[in-house]
Amino acid sequence: MTDAAANNAIEMASQDSRNMYGKDPYSIPLEKYDIAQSALFHTNTMWGFFDRLRKEDPVHYCEDSIEHSPYWSVTKYKDIMEVESNPEIYSSALGISIRENRDSFNTTSFIAMDEPQHGDQRRTVQGVVAPTNLAILEPLIRGRVAEILDSLPVGETFNWVDRVSIELTTQMLATLFDFPFEDRSKLTYWSDVATCSPEIDKFVESEDERERILIEECLPAFTELWNERVNAEPTSDLISMLAHGKETRHMQPMEFLGNLILLIVGGNDTTRNSLTGGVLALNENPDQYQKLRENLDLIPKMIPEIIRWQTPLTHMARTALCDTTLGGKQIKKDDRLVMWYVSGNRDEEMIDNPYEFIIDRDKPRQHLSFGFGIHRCMGNRLAEMQLRIAWEEISKRFSKVEVVGEPVRNRSTFVKGYSDLPVRVHPL
Amino acid sequence: MTKITFVKHDGEEMVVDAENGTSVMNAAVDNLVPGIDADCGGECACATCHVYVDEAWFPRVGNTNDAEEAIMSLNPDRQETSRLSCQIPVTDEMEGLKVRLPEFQF
Ligand code: HEM
Ligand code: FES
Repeated sequence: MTDAAANNAIEMASQDSRNMYGKDPYSIPLEKYDIAQSALFHTNTMWGFFDRLRKEDPVHYCEDSIEHSPYWSVTKYKDIMEVESNPEIYSSALGISIRENRDSFNTTSFIAMDEPQHGDQRRTVQGVVAPTNLAILEPLIRGRVAEILDSLPVGETFNWVDRVSIELTTQMLATLFDFPFEDRSKLTYWSDVATCSPEIDKFVESEDERERILIEECLPAFTELWNERVNAEPTSDLISMLAHGKETRHMQPMEFLGNLILLIVGGNDTTRNSLTGGVLALNENPDQYQKLRENLDLIPKMIPEIIRWQTPLTHMARTALCDTTLGGKQIKKDDRLVMWYVSGNRDEEMIDNPYEFIIDRDKPRQHLSFGFGIHRCMGNRLAEMQLRIAWEEISKRFSKVEVVGEPVRNRSTFVKGYSDLPVRVHPL
Repeated sequence: MTKITFVKHDGEEMVVDAENGTSVMNAAVDNLVPGIDADCGGECACATCHVYVDEAWFPRVGNTNDAEEAIMSLNPDRQETSRLSCQIPVTDEMEGLKVRLPEFQF
């Protein structure tokens, strides 16, 4: 879809009486709240609505949504923890994002499974992100980061998202999969195809096209790598681990595809947008940037704060398997619940001055961006490592990555991120 | 106060004074014992406070609860005496407790 068409779609939504974009959070009655509107996220204007929900109706039901079927919004940190901690009540198997579920690739990866299948599969691939393996990856990643940063055009304005964030995360993915390096941009492309909203984004026109690309392009490419590696000695890359793992080696093609997409998407948009978000956060808070320059030892503490501040995935969704109560509300069997991490990460009951970006916060890892419980992000330490290396290398080269224009944000209620961030880099 | 010994994976021992009524995780965090990140703050939801309890002590620290079992079972490196330290309360009876810190948390 072209940009004009996308704008048109937003234009049309804004004529819908249920539209909240551009309105004052207190001008709309709570029972009319439908927070999952992409225009709110595209314009970064969802905050006030979440603030009001947390205060007045923290577990909120939306019956009549513009973009989705009816859903509950869970907006407070503690209530989100409760949902995450009770996977036998709140199932992941019926879809993990608010977007309508399809019974194709979405349901075949372990992020969208319940026990015992989830655990069986997760255990087999977990080794790839074990600390010992991360230590092997660190120098490889650092080398690639250095190359990317050394090639930046000093003195020119360029898009940080394309030149750094995308390039870096794509190279890291290629390293993880030991994917043919020259074809690495395919990884990013498939990730975009898997996550975009066909109504709005331009990557695919329809759900059918999405499936076609993943099944006819992505799956065969990985099957070839699988076939190569299944007959070779086990190595530390992901495909080899899947091909040799006791629980994964008999995976059906769709399950294999589901897990690949999970690992590609899991490690792609999220890390990419954290890398962009960090630049933006430091520019919006020059005192924090100064603090960082004066003490680079703060980088390991700053990384989780960037991930909290950015909240790269706005939410995960669950489905109730039985009638239950949450925050005093009656939840019915089959109801869909959306755990808004983006809101929980601004919950003043759990986080002091949650709207402030503070690079040396106490307990910076207490945030919801990675979820919690049995589905808690498997790649969390890998993501932190990638970002730590990136900021260590950036700080060795540049006194400032200066934002010189407005960021362009995604039109997505799920992936919170950017397509453009114009910057200039200033050497030390 | 109750004395608890944390043994790092390289064998180094750290003895700390723990306050009764808190958890072994709190004792580690309050005394800057490395390798216990406790990302969820003790809600049994992150598994970053994993310890191996000394064999002799294991039967005395209480039972592993279901939520703890569910999340620990995802870890390929869990052992027979694995526990999440936020689920072990500190009481007088724990005087002298010894736990090892797994290498995977460093
Ligand atoms: C800043 C970067 C990242 C963020 C914010 C993030 C966020 C998340 C979230 C919110 C979940 C679901 C948690 C839940 O339902 O409770 C998740 C799951 C997952 N993530 Fe990440 N992620 C990031 C990086 C990565 C990376 C680099 C990988 C690559 C290995 C990865 C792999 C996964 C996997 C495999 C799961 C599924 C875990 C399960 O269901 O057991 N993630 N991530
Ligand atoms: S501190 Fe999170 S599980 Fe113990």
